Amino acid sequence: MESLVQLSGVSKTYGSSIALHPTDLDFARGKTTVLIGPSGCGKSTLLRLVIRLLDPDGGTISFDGTPVTLANISDLRRRIGYVIQDGGLFPHLTARKNVLLMAAHLKWPAGKMQSRLSELCALTRFPESALDRFPVELSGGQRQRISLMRALMLSPQLLLLDEPLGALDPLVRAALQKDLKEIFQRLNQTAILVTHDLAEAAYLGDEIVLMNEGRVVQRGTLSDLRARPANAFVGDFITAQRSVTLS
Amino acid sequence: MIGTSFIRRIGLIGPIALGFLSGLANAEPVLIGSKKFTESYVLAEIAKRALAKTGVPVDHRQGMGGTIILWQALQSNQIATYPEYTGTIAEEILKSPSATLNEMREQLAKFGVGMTAELGFNNTYALVMRRDAARQKGIRAISDLRNHPDLKLGLTHEFLDRKDGWRPLAEKYRLPASNIVGIDHGLGYEALRNGSVDVKDAYSTDAKIGEYELIALEDDLQFFPQYKAVFLYRLELPPNVIAVLRSLEGSLDEKRMIDLNAAAERLKSYAQAADLYFAEPSSPASREESFSHKLWRWTARHLQLAGVSLLLAVAVGIPLGIAASRGGAAGHLILGFVSAVQTIPSLALLALLVPIPFFGISPRTAIAALFLYGLLPIVRNTATGLQDIAKPIRESAIALGLEPAARLRKVYLPMASRSILGGIKTSAVINIGTATLAALIGAGGLGEPILSGLNLNDHATILQGAIPAAILALLVQWSFDLLDRLLIPRGLRL
Repeated sequence: MESLVQLSGVSKTYGSSIALHPTDLDFARGKTTVLIGPSGCGKSTLLRLVIRLLDPDGGTISFDGTPVTLANISDLRRRIGYVIQDGGLFPHLTARKNVLLMAAHLKWPAGKMQSRLSELCALTRFPESALDRFPVELSGGQRQRISLMRALMLSPQLLLLDEPLGALDPLVRAALQKDLKEIFQRLNQTAILVTHDLAEAAYLGDEIVLMNEGRVVQRGTLSDLRARPANAFVGDFITAQRSVTLS
Repeated sequence: MIGTSFIRRIGLIGPIALGFLSGLANAEPVLIGSKKFTESYVLAEIAKRALAKTGVPVDHRQGMGGTIILWQALQSNQIATYPEYTGTIAEEILKSPSATLNEMREQLAKFGVGMTAELGFNNTYALVMRRDAARQKGIRAISDLRNHPDLKLGLTHEFLDRKDGWRPLAEKYRLPASNIVGIDHGLGYEALRNGSVDVKDAYSTDAKIGEYELIALEDDLQFFPQYKAVFLYRLELPPNVIAVLRSLEGSLDEKRMIDLNAAAERLKSYAQAADLYFAEPSSPASREESFSHKLWRWTARHLQLAGVSLLLAVAVGIPLGIAASRGGAAGHLILGFVSAVQTIPSLALLALLVPIPFFGISPRTAIAALFLYGLLPIVRNTATGLQDIAKPIRESAIALGLEPAARLRKVYLPMASRSILGGIKTSAVINIGTATLAALIGAGGLGEPILSGLNLNDHATILQGAIPAAILALLVQWSFDLLDRLLIPRGLRL
C-alpha cells in the first residue's frame, strides 16, 4: 500500500547551518513512526516541514498522493493533527472552545460537535466536567489531553506529535504514554512522533527513524538498531540511554 | 416684446433671489476672529456687539492664535473680519515695513481684504513710569530720561534683545546705559509699584497702566513703529456689515482702550468690557449664559472632539498596528510615522493643518490633530500585543488550518486585546487632555475657559476648564477599566 507521507530530496537550511540534508523518507499508513535523535538532529524540522510551518529549500513532500503546495496547504492541514510539547492551547479560550475551534469555524452542526466532543473525552480520558476551564486552570497532563483532542477533532489522517510528553512528570508521562498507545491502536492512526527518549520510542513506535546532524542514520525497530547498528553513533546513542538497555 | 417679457421675468425672479440670498445670509453668521490676548478679544466683542445691534447674525471665534492663523483664516474666507495692527500688517503680512496706509490698503485688496481706518489708539512698545514720580521729576517724554541717569530701568528680556528694542532706542535717544536690570513683564509692574525700578517697557495700552496709575512717556523722536488698531475684513462683505465696522473708526483712544482692557481683566469678561464701550450698564445675569449651561456646552464639545478622534484613531490604528506587527520596511515606516507625528508640538500641528482648505478654523482641524496624536499608542500597542504572542501558539493556529484572516480574528486579536485596549485607553486619556488645545483654533471645548483664564490671569476661570477636564480623564480611565472586564477574554485575566 502506498505510504501516506512521502519526502523526496527534502532539505532545509537556516542561514549557513544545514538543518536537514536532502532526505527521502516515507511514512506508512496506520503505523506510528518515531523520529529520534539528539537535540538539533533535524527531527523537529522534518515534522514542521510536513505541516509546512517551514518551507523546504528543495525537494517535494506528498501527502496522500498529493504534492503539498501553498495553494492546498490549508486543506491539507485540516487533515493533519499537530500536538506540541506545551500543548499550544489558546489561553483565551476554554478547553471546550480550544477543541471545537476548527469545527465551529467549518460550521459543524452543534449536535455533531457535541457528540464528537464526548467521544474524544472518553477516548482521551478527559473529564467532561473540566471542559469549561481555561488552559491555565488545567494540569500539564490535562492540557496535553486537550491538545490531543483538538488535534483529533476533525479525524485527521495523520497525527504529528512533537515531544508531546516532554514537559510532564514521570507518572503523568507514563499514564499518557499508555493512553496514547491505546488511542493509536483503536483509531489505527497514522502518526509521526518526535522524541529524544528511546524508551518512549520503543514503547509507542512501530518503527524508529534515528537521525543525527540533519541526516537519517538508521531506520528500523529498536531490536534492529541494537542488533545491527549502522555505525558507531547508533551504538553510542542506544548505550547512552541506559534505562532501555537495562529493561 | 421679447425684451419686456424678459424684464418682467427678471422683475419676478429678482425679489425671490434677493430673499433667498438674504435667507442665506441669515443662516450664515458673520464670523469675527480674534488673537489670543485680551485686547484682541475685547475689540472683537465690540465689533460683535455693534453688528448684533443692527440685526446682523454674528459669532466670535475667540482667541484663534497668532497673526498667521488669523490671516490665513481671513484669506480663505473662514472668518469675515478680525482686529489687527498696522505695524503687523506692514511687517508680517505684507512684508513691506515702510508702506503707507494707502499702499497697504491697495496691497490688501489683492487678497480680497479691506482695512478700516485707525480705530484711534496705538498699541506699541512704550516706556512707562509711575505718574507721581514722573510729575515730580518733570519727565514727560523719552528724551527727558537723558537728564536722569540715576533712574533705574527694569526691562523685559525680550525688549533688551529685540532689534527694535532697547539698544537702538538708547542709541537714538542717547540714553545712559547704566542702571538696567532684566526683569519679567509681570514682576516688572510690581517692581515699578514698590519703587525698586523707575522705568519699564510696556505695551502702550496695557491694562496695568491704568490700574497702577502709570504714564507712557511720549516717543518724541518717533522711534517705535506704529501699531494702530484697525479691522481687516473681506471686501465682499455686505455694505451694511462694512459700514458697522467702519463706524468704530476713531472711537477708541489709548486711555479708553486701557480702561476697557483693565475692565476685561477686572470683570473677567470680555463681553462686559465691550458693554462698557457702548456705555451700557452690564447685566450679566440676563445676557450671559449660565455657568451650568456653559459647562455643559464645553463638556459636550470636548467629548465630541475627543470621542470622534478616538474612534478614527481606533479604526485606522488597529489595522496599521496589524501591518506594523509584521515588521519589515512597512512596519518600520508605520511606527516611524506615528512616532514622528507624536513629536510635533500640538500648537505646530494645529498651525500646519489650519491652512489646508478642508480643515481651516474648525473642529475638523482639532479632530484631525487629536486623531494623529491618538494613533501612536494604539498602533504600537496593537503591534507589540501581536508580536508578543508566543511562537508555539502562533504555529498552533497555523497548523490547525485556519486561514490568515481567521487566525487574526479568532486567535491573535483576542490574545492581544489587553494590550490593544491599553493603547486605546492611553489615547483616550491623552485626547481628553490635548483636546483643551482645540480652543486655540476656536474649536471650543474645555480649553475655552482655560484659555480665557490664562489671558485674564484669572485662576478661577482656568479651573472651570481644568477641573472638568481632569474629572473627564479620570472617568474615561475608569470606564475603560470596566470595558477591560467586558472585552478581555476571561482566560487572559486568570
